[in-house]
Amino acid sequence: MNAGARPGPAELLGSVPALWETLAAETATGGRFAGLMATQRPGGLMLSAHLATAKDITTYDAALPPGASSYPALTPVLGAAFWYEREIHDLFGVTPTGHLRLEPLILPLHDDTQPRPRPGTPGPEPAPIWPDEHSVPRHVLGAGLFTIPHGPVRSGVMESIEYLVETPGEDIPHLNMRVFYKHRGIEKRFDGLPAADGVLLAERTEGVASVAHALAYCHAVERIAGVSVPWPAALVRVLHAELERLASHLDAAARLADAAGLAVATARFGVHKERVLRLVSRMCGSRFGRGVVIPGGVSALPQLSAAEFLTGISRLDKAISADARVLMGTASFLDRLRRTGPLRPQRAREHGALGPVGKASGFSDDARLNRPYDAYPALGPGSLGDYSAGDALARLRVRWDEVRQSFHLLRQAADELSDAAGGPLSVECTAEDGRATGWAEAPQGEVLYDVRVEHGRLSRCRPRSASFHNLVLFHEVFTGDILTDFPFIEASFGLSIAGVAL
Amino acid sequence: MSGPWVLRGLRDGVVTTRWPARPDPYAEGWRGPATVLRPPPAGGGDLASLCPTGAISSETDGPVRLDQGRCILCGRCVEQRPDVFGWSRGTGASALTRDSLLVPQLPETEQDLAALRAALRARTAALRRSVHLRHVDAGSDGAEEQEIAALLNPVYDIHRLGIFFTASPRHADVLLVTGAGAHGMAEPLRRTYDGMPDPKVVIAVGTDACSGGLLAGSYATSDGVGAAIGVDVWLAGSPPPPFSILCALLGALGRLADRGKR
Repeated sequence: MNAGARPGPAELLGSVPALWETLAAETATGGRFAGLMATQRPGGLMLSAHLATAKDITTYDAALPPGASSYPALTPVLGAAFWYEREIHDLFGVTPTGHLRLEPLILPLHDDTQPRPRPGTPGPEPAPIWPDEHSVPRHVLGAGLFTIPHGPVRSGVMESIEYLVETPGEDIPHLNMRVFYKHRGIEKRFDGLPAADGVLLAERTEGVASVAHALAYCHAVERIAGVSVPWPAALVRVLHAELERLASHLDAAARLADAAGLAVATARFGVHKERVLRLVSRMCGSRFGRGVVIPGGVSALPQLSAAEFLTGISRLDKAISADARVLMGTASFLDRLRRTGPLRPQRAREHGALGPVGKASGFSDDARLNRPYDAYPALGPGSLGDYSAGDALARLRVRWDEVRQSFHLLRQAADELSDAAGGPLSVECTAEDGRATGWAEAPQGEVLYDVRVEHGRLSRCRPRSASFHNLVLFHEVFTGDILTDFPFIEASFGLSIAGVAL
Repeated sequence: MSGPWVLRGLRDGVVTTRWPARPDPYAEGWRGPATVLRPPPAGGGDLASLCPTGAISSETDGPVRLDQGRCILCGRCVEQRPDVFGWSRGTGASALTRDSLLVPQLPETEQDLAALRAALRARTAALRRSVHLRHVDAGSDGAEEQEIAALLNPVYDIHRLGIFFTASPRHADVLLVTGAGAHGMAEPLRRTYDGMPDPKVVIAVGTDACSGGLLAGSYATSDGVGAAIGVDVWLAGSPPPPFSILCALLGALGRLADRGKR
């Protein structure tokens, strides 16, 4: 982290109700709820809430009484906590009393007598835990409705998740999601890792946002160690972060074109994405930018000269802009996206919807602008258009704006890098003891890491992906849409299930 | 309506690789999993602790072996002990048995592999030029799926090789499995596999599918997909690029000449 004031340590509040009051007060005055987590501490369970204010992310802690098996739920006060409290129940077994629908989310177990993984508990990895899919109820509401189970094995090459689409025939009054199938135990896996190794797991928490996760993790560790990364490293980080954003947005465009049956458009955006991934692999050996971001800086300079890079970028920019212009002028395509899957602006704001999903509904809190890191404070991302329609079309428009922004940032960063004097690419970054949060703006939105280190090893590392925060909104965007709109809505959200199921 | 797109599709000419008929520089130059370049000098220090996934095993003053099925390509061994370790080059990081992903390969392994390769060729004889693929995600990080889906883009264009994706396991010949073997997907994976008629081939795509990668030992995974179903081809990589997936696939179908050293 280079810029601005260092945020203070987490604030410990006296009780869980006090924590909820603080959150309610802060969110009423413009703060954004950014996540809730639990940690097993020696004295008992501790709840931590993250709140995004204008320039910072504040953490509030509250300890549960030792041996407590329940606490008053936050969800009735703050609806955005809905999935967070279910996740906490799955991992720790504590019951949020008054939660409106406490069903398993990522780890369904037969009953509460089975041991839970409880990240933050020192000691060996727990014995294997097998999910019990029958303990997740299957709701069907209304007469004449039937449920189409869509997954977990999907009909294309896609990540495993089951959508229970409830329909009387064509339209979709309700949709349920069962995300637990690909739960891998990521949070528990962080426990005990050396702080330097955590970045490897962070990169693989949500593989299509490897760079953003690595950045968020490293920012937290760098904060604990009290170091700032050297300027050339800050620039290289921006290069990889923006290339990752490009690849992701091109992938979303290709999926949407494919859903609309535009074979040529799908093919062309597929080629553009392939060119971006090859550019990234020529720079660092990995098509997903892995192995570049390390605590303290970056591992190496790009293996391309600035001139080669700028030529490649410029060619891509021209080709992509031209195809995007034609795509956004193809009436049959726009018809499929217009008014499809709308997220109301008020809901986006209440929930604190992240990334393009939020921006398309008029809610924008881009970490690169408001809480900038690495080289972003010095570079000018430029402005995005204002959108509020919140439909799949608006989400695609936001992505095109971000693509334009990304090329602008890439050019600036590459120019700066070629001017930057030589020097170290990383600084010594020893995080012995401490706790901090780190963040980065992934293509899906803000990724947040809460990292606690004790004696150089992680005692708790909680990755909060944008996908986890946003996917719950999928329930709400199907008003008036029919089954054939489903792939457009899913592609326009552009989320990764790996980051949800963890 | 389709007017602007028709001509646009012809704009860049042919971008499709000619691989495997002709060599492709991107495929040849690909930086694959780490490999052992030469034996370590005597008293050469603890090599096993270099690796975050435990891929390196070494006996004091004895041979060092690296399990590519555990390699997540973090590069630490290459960076810290370039006298012993280096990157493998090319797309050949696949093997017909789990053990033969360990490098350097033992001589006996080479013989067993020749027999296995012949058996696999015989099994897939009927499929060779028209193959249908089914993919299942058994707990991946999301990147492997994108690399498999890339096989459909014009650069790789698997349709030119007579290879197609199918949604129905009943129509599938090859099962591509990604992910660390998440317990929640064991049953759906098993059911998909059982739904595929014989002859069928299973390819474990990626280091996570081979061994669980960094998720090995997790309470939620089975250290890869080998515990749930029988695997015919093990492909390491984090993630393996489309060329490597294609190489493993064509190799399983007996459509490639000898691939060369890993």
